[in-house]
Amino acid sequence: MSIFTLHINGKKQEVNAAPETPLLWVLRDHLDLVGTKFGCGIAQCGACTIHMEGVAMRSCILPISALADKKITTIEGLSQNGDHPVQKAWLEHDVPQCGYCQAGQIMSASALLLDNPDPNDNEIDAAMNGNICRCGTYTRIKAAIKTAAKSS
Amino acid sequence: MSKKKISRRKFLVRTSATGGVLLGAMYFGGCGVVKRKIAGIANTAEAPYTGNTDDPMIWFEVSPDNKITLSSPKVEMGQGTFTGMAQLAADELGVDIENIEVKHAASDSGNIDSFATGGSTSIMSLWVPLRELSATMRQMLVNHGAELLGAEPADVEVTKGNITAKGKTLTYGEIAQKVTEWKVPKTPKLKNINDYKYIGKPVPRVDLHDKVVGASIYGIDATMPDMLHGAVVRSTHIGSKYKRADISKAEKMPGVVKIVVEDDFVGVIANSYTEAHNAKDAIQVEWETDREWQTEDIEKMVEVGQGKPVTIQKEGSAKRVLANSDDVISLAYKSPIGGHAQLEPNGALAYVDGEKATVMLSTQVVKITRGEVADRLGISKKNVNIIPTFLGGGFGRRLHTPNAVQAAILSKAVGKPVKCYFSRKEEFQQDTFRPPTHHVLKAKMDESGKLIEAIEHNVSSGDVMYGSPLVPRIAQPLIGSDVGAWRGGMIQYSKIPHYRAVSWRVKLPFATSWWRALGLLANTFAIESFMDELAVKAEMNPVEFRLAQINDDERGSRLKKVIEKAAEESGFQDGVMANGRAMGFAASTDANTPVAQVVEVSIENNEIKVHKVTCVIDPGLAVNPDQIRAQCEGAIIMGMSASMYEKMQVVNGQLTPTIYGPYRMALMKNAPKEINVHILENAETPGAVGEPPLGPIGAAVANAVYRITGKRLREMPLSLG
Repeated sequence: MSIFTLHINGKKQEVNAAPETPLLWVLRDHLDLVGTKFGCGIAQCGACTIHMEGVAMRSCILPISALADKKITTIEGLSQNGDHPVQKAWLEHDVPQCGYCQAGQIMSASALLLDNPDPNDNEIDAAMNGNICRCGTYTRIKAAIKTAAKSS
Repeated sequence: MSKKKISRRKFLVRTSATGGVLLGAMYFGGCGVVKRKIAGIANTAEAPYTGNTDDPMIWFEVSPDNKITLSSPKVEMGQGTFTGMAQLAADELGVDIENIEVKHAASDSGNIDSFATGGSTSIMSLWVPLRELSATMRQMLVNHGAELLGAEPADVEVTKGNITAKGKTLTYGEIAQKVTEWKVPKTPKLKNINDYKYIGKPVPRVDLHDKVVGASIYGIDATMPDMLHGAVVRSTHIGSKYKRADISKAEKMPGVVKIVVEDDFVGVIANSYTEAHNAKDAIQVEWETDREWQTEDIEKMVEVGQGKPVTIQKEGSAKRVLANSDDVISLAYKSPIGGHAQLEPNGALAYVDGEKATVMLSTQVVKITRGEVADRLGISKKNVNIIPTFLGGGFGRRLHTPNAVQAAILSKAVGKPVKCYFSRKEEFQQDTFRPPTHHVLKAKMDESGKLIEAIEHNVSSGDVMYGSPLVPRIAQPLIGSDVGAWRGGMIQYSKIPHYRAVSWRVKLPFATSWWRALGLLANTFAIESFMDELAVKAEMNPVEFRLAQINDDERGSRLKKVIEKAAEESGFQDGVMANGRAMGFAASTDANTPVAQVVEVSIENNEIKVHKVTCVIDPGLAVNPDQIRAQCEGAIIMGMSASMYEKMQVVNGQLTPTIYGPYRMALMKNAPKEINVHILENAETPGAVGEPPLGPIGAAVANAVYRITGKRLREMPLSLG
């Protein structure tokens, strides 16, 4: 076990954990930030997507020892009141069903728009390719990303 | 309090009416007729609500700030039940929907459903009871409020959770604070349907905001103070039995608190999820296996002719006509083993404190889970509290949640709360799979060559209902066939003079069970692909071919209307379109909800691409048109995924693959660009929504592919080879 200082949602947090511990479990079990979900543990489903320096990453394969000085944002830190343009678009399109994958979907979508404010269909498909939704909300997710792109 | 008795009797009368019909048929008609009668009832999905219907006090809580909590015995797994329930309640309570918060009822609240959340029955079965309960609650508040204001209940005006009389106003919250002894009145008359403000409107989901900010709590998110983490060693080979385990290495692993060795399993308790799973992987277990199963073994078992046949539908003499004819068209279709692959793995958080147990988990079966925990711990059911959470996908995967028992045993061993969850690999290995199917369809055309004279559907499948704790053992021989496996397997073309459906039952060596809509996807794939082949043979437009063979009774005319509307809205064309795409058509009736779908498909790089889906559904009264649309969109994409990509294999005794990716599923790039849903409401009450729209999609895609390639794809997942 070692002490690590992490920059999460604008705050510095000290965590005592083994260096190889994935960020996902530190968020969920040490910091009580359970909005980031476990789906597969091997970066195959996207449920655990967070931002590292504004880029979408799968937190289940990010060991905390590799995160010093990196700014991490989770779904809880994406906006103050759920009013990030992507979240507003999600509300407008009534996107979620079971909702379990949606934090990951929203984090992937918001990272895409940071990088490319006006993505076309193929660019959206490529950026969202790692996020599985078993309820099948893909058409609403895509419509919401386009709405968010227009509004931001 | 007299109201209670009346309403309970009403409920008993309702159920015994069905039972009476069954027993009567058995007495007079002999066994085959009974089984077909039961099959008929299962096909129309008559589903009375099986929980409390007469005590508003366990359903509602009114807080001083005039908010109302609706305690739901049905669980929310994405299907939108919480929203539908809030709509029904808000309209009869006379409050704004924003002032209703829907929460899962813990089992110790007493508001517990004897059945489950599943089968697309929640809103249908609660349509009358929940509105009656809400109206009774409103009347109770009016009566007590009137008394406080010194007025007659009849002179009270109700507006948005306030009652006004003699120029004075009280909120429901104020009334609730002042009343010490509640009197439950007789159920008042329900409001006129045209006076509803929320029912029938596209109200946004009530759980929407929390799901968009990551605040909804699922089973895997649940915590308790001093909680530890568990992991359980499970067999990875079909049919293998646990013999002994060497835990010496695992005991010394970092973070391990205790290792529990039971007769039937070995579990680890550790300080974190990762430590628990690492230690579990270090346990050396000896298993006894007498056979290494392969996919081909399983496929042979489900071939029509191998299992036990039960005739589930019979009109005319299809068997005789087909046997005495020398121009019978006979074709076979297949579907593979399917995984649920829902994103939240199964597991539970349990705390056993002496004679009491508390379990938090994602489950579709609160009551069954409570019973299992109580039985294994040897304590009273009253001392077990099951607290359901939001489900990270249900789809039937959580119609049995035995993980609760294992978490409880681990907790009892350390006297602390233990959270015990599957890894993804375990979730795939321990799934209760959608069974593979094999279908043989036979038909004979009449003299004109344009109409079917006789048709027969044989479906062979692994069990769905048999072995499930949801169906009492005692009822299983009476039911005879597996109503889950053949769901959607009946012939809906009622004008055909002779038709017959036969269900062949096979018990497979691994767990098979409920999967969204059960047999519907595979059965519709087979029947509607076959219908398309017959239409082509008859040189008829597939829409006209279908319409010509449906009766004009109530069920038939509802089906005809969805077919006609789908053809009209899609601008259905038979044959390759100018842009090289082709349309495919299919329809199904599941649980009394008819659905028709038209897909527009092209072939790109030897892959099937679905561009557009037109879906027409008639679920009867549409409580929430937008949630119905969402369910159709989701069912179409899940159905595409299962019929175009997904397949589990059995290799050397193991089910595989066990990770996403190799278990290929539909991703955003595979989703149609457009899904247009049209809702018809040709029944006066709400019907099934969550599953029926999954039916036609596989057949519709295969039928479109035929028009482009001339090749019939008779096996799921659909592949161009």
